[in-house]
Amino acid sequence: MTPEEQNFMRKIETEEKIEPKDWMPEAYRKNLIRQISQHAHSEVIGTQPEGNWITRAPSLRRKAVLLAKVQDEAGHGLYLYSATETLGISRDEMIAALQDGSAKYASIFNYPAQTWGDVGAIGWLVDGAAIVNQVSLQRTSYGPYARAMIRICKEESFHQRQGYELMLELCRGTPEQKAMAQDSLNRFYWPALMMFGPHDSESAHSARSMQWKIKRESNDDLRQKFIDQTVKQIEFLGLEHPDKAICWNEARGHYDSGEIDWDEFYAVINGNGHCNRQRLQHHIKVHEEGSWVREALAAYNEKQKARKQQAEANKSNQNVA
Amino acid sequence: MMSEQQLQQATFEYTLRLGDDALVLGHRISEWVRNGPFLEEDIAYGNVALDYIGRARMFYGYAAELADDGRTEDSFAYTRSEREFSNLLINELPRGDFAYSQVRQLLVDIYANLFLTRLLQSKDATLAAIAAKAIKESRYHLRRSREWVIRLGDGTEESQHRCQLALDDIWGYSHEMFEMDALEQQLADAGIGVDVSSLRDDWLVQIREILAEATLQLPADDWKVSGGRDGYHTEFLGHLLTELQIVHRSYPGCQW
Ligand SMILES: [Fe+2]
Ligand SMILES: [Fe+2]
Repeated sequence: MTPEEQNFMRKIETEEKIEPKDWMPEAYRKNLIRQISQHAHSEVIGTQPEGNWITRAPSLRRKAVLLAKVQDEAGHGLYLYSATETLGISRDEMIAALQDGSAKYASIFNYPAQTWGDVGAIGWLVDGAAIVNQVSLQRTSYGPYARAMIRICKEESFHQRQGYELMLELCRGTPEQKAMAQDSLNRFYWPALMMFGPHDSESAHSARSMQWKIKRESNDDLRQKFIDQTVKQIEFLGLEHPDKAICWNEARGHYDSGEIDWDEFYAVINGNGHCNRQRLQHHIKVHEEGSWVREALAAYNEKQKARKQQAEANKSNQNVA
Repeated sequence: MMSEQQLQQATFEYTLRLGDDALVLGHRISEWVRNGPFLEEDIAYGNVALDYIGRARMFYGYAAELADDGRTEDSFAYTRSEREFSNLLINELPRGDFAYSQVRQLLVDIYANLFLTRLLQSKDATLAAIAAKAIKESRYHLRRSREWVIRLGDGTEESQHRCQLALDDIWGYSHEMFEMDALEQQLADAGIGVDVSSLRDDWLVQIREILAEATLQLPADDWKVSGGRDGYHTEFLGHLLTELQIVHRSYPGCQW
């Protein structure tokens, strides 16, 4: 190991954060860029399924809550793009990578938000699963990412509570409303479990990320936390658990659960979800529609700069005269 | 002279109008969320939409209080049909492109600042209190729409062209903002409502100044459309309400 590498590993081992100006192995930088930009893209693409419901929210209070949530998510995207930029990549480059498919976003957003109940299920389960992961990332080794996670987690727990409260309202409502809640739970439960990624034994990036303390807990451990916390929440809603194999295991101190349909997981990641194409196409379409606005902004700023320079030149000419 | 009861009924209708304006425009602005030209604008639009939805809730909440017949903010938003909505037409026009939305916003924001400044003086304490909250938001909205219209107008040839087209298409809907009917006259006389007919001169001064800086042409006043206050709407509103109300109306009597 070079002295730089030694110093880097010492920091990792003693839980000292790595900061943007510090030396870091190229693979560490690449790994972080991949992970944080993927996280940023997920926040941004995630505004599509939920944004889809803003205009149809069935009460003004819920509409305001949903608007505020979607806005928070876009804000998370913004922080995370900034955090990634500290690693020497521009937002334009990241967006280009998203649009050409070389960067990914969370596959959960390839599932359609079909009903109003899905807005509740997404807040409760998708944000809920995200929090479990992100709480653990508050201790990630890269300083800007860890700090972004601390800020983001506070808002995510609001989202989860609001999503759960929406479900509760449905479950306390009419039989149709309760059926809507059950249906949404059934469709989003398993995809939420898949958000933690493949089993540790199958995960391509896990081992190295753990060694560098980019990841702090394994996929399966995080998933177990989520499974455990969700059982009581489902019970309290009075809904049926979608996993018929769910069963408390006294010896492990955890719930045993049924196996995830990994074929579905890989199928959706590989383009067979209901919304894969639309999500990306929407992003590209909006980006292209906005190009004249971005060009106008740049042109205006250029003109202003030229005017300022001209004014200064006139002033100094006058002074000479 | 109006009786106490007539005055209350008139105030109720007036408040509902203002609620409809806020809801319908808030809906239009919210359509920009996930559709903005860049992420910062998505967030900014979300903010403005949120302000308008909040404003609609304050007006509707007060209308519900005045009606005192079990109706709520959601009854007004979700269970009335097109002919019962009394928003100004300018608010229901589609979102169009980014230039269209910003130009509409500029015309409405200048108006809102003038209007709310007057409504602050209302003898109706609730309306005055709503105005006090709303005007802070509208000052921020105006700063934004003003900046955008100037940047787009004085940006590229394309952005200038788009702005001018938008301005020409929207202009005829701006006159309605300054029209008074019997109800509004009564309330203005009673010191509760705003005499909007007196706002246009100030409005025009500000418009001229901004358009000049934006290198845009002030359109001629050779056409105008109105009728929103009487429920005489464009075809756009029906579709807007269809979307807004679909879930609520599909499950009558439910809590959300
Ligand atoms: Fe988020
Ligand atoms: Fe969230």
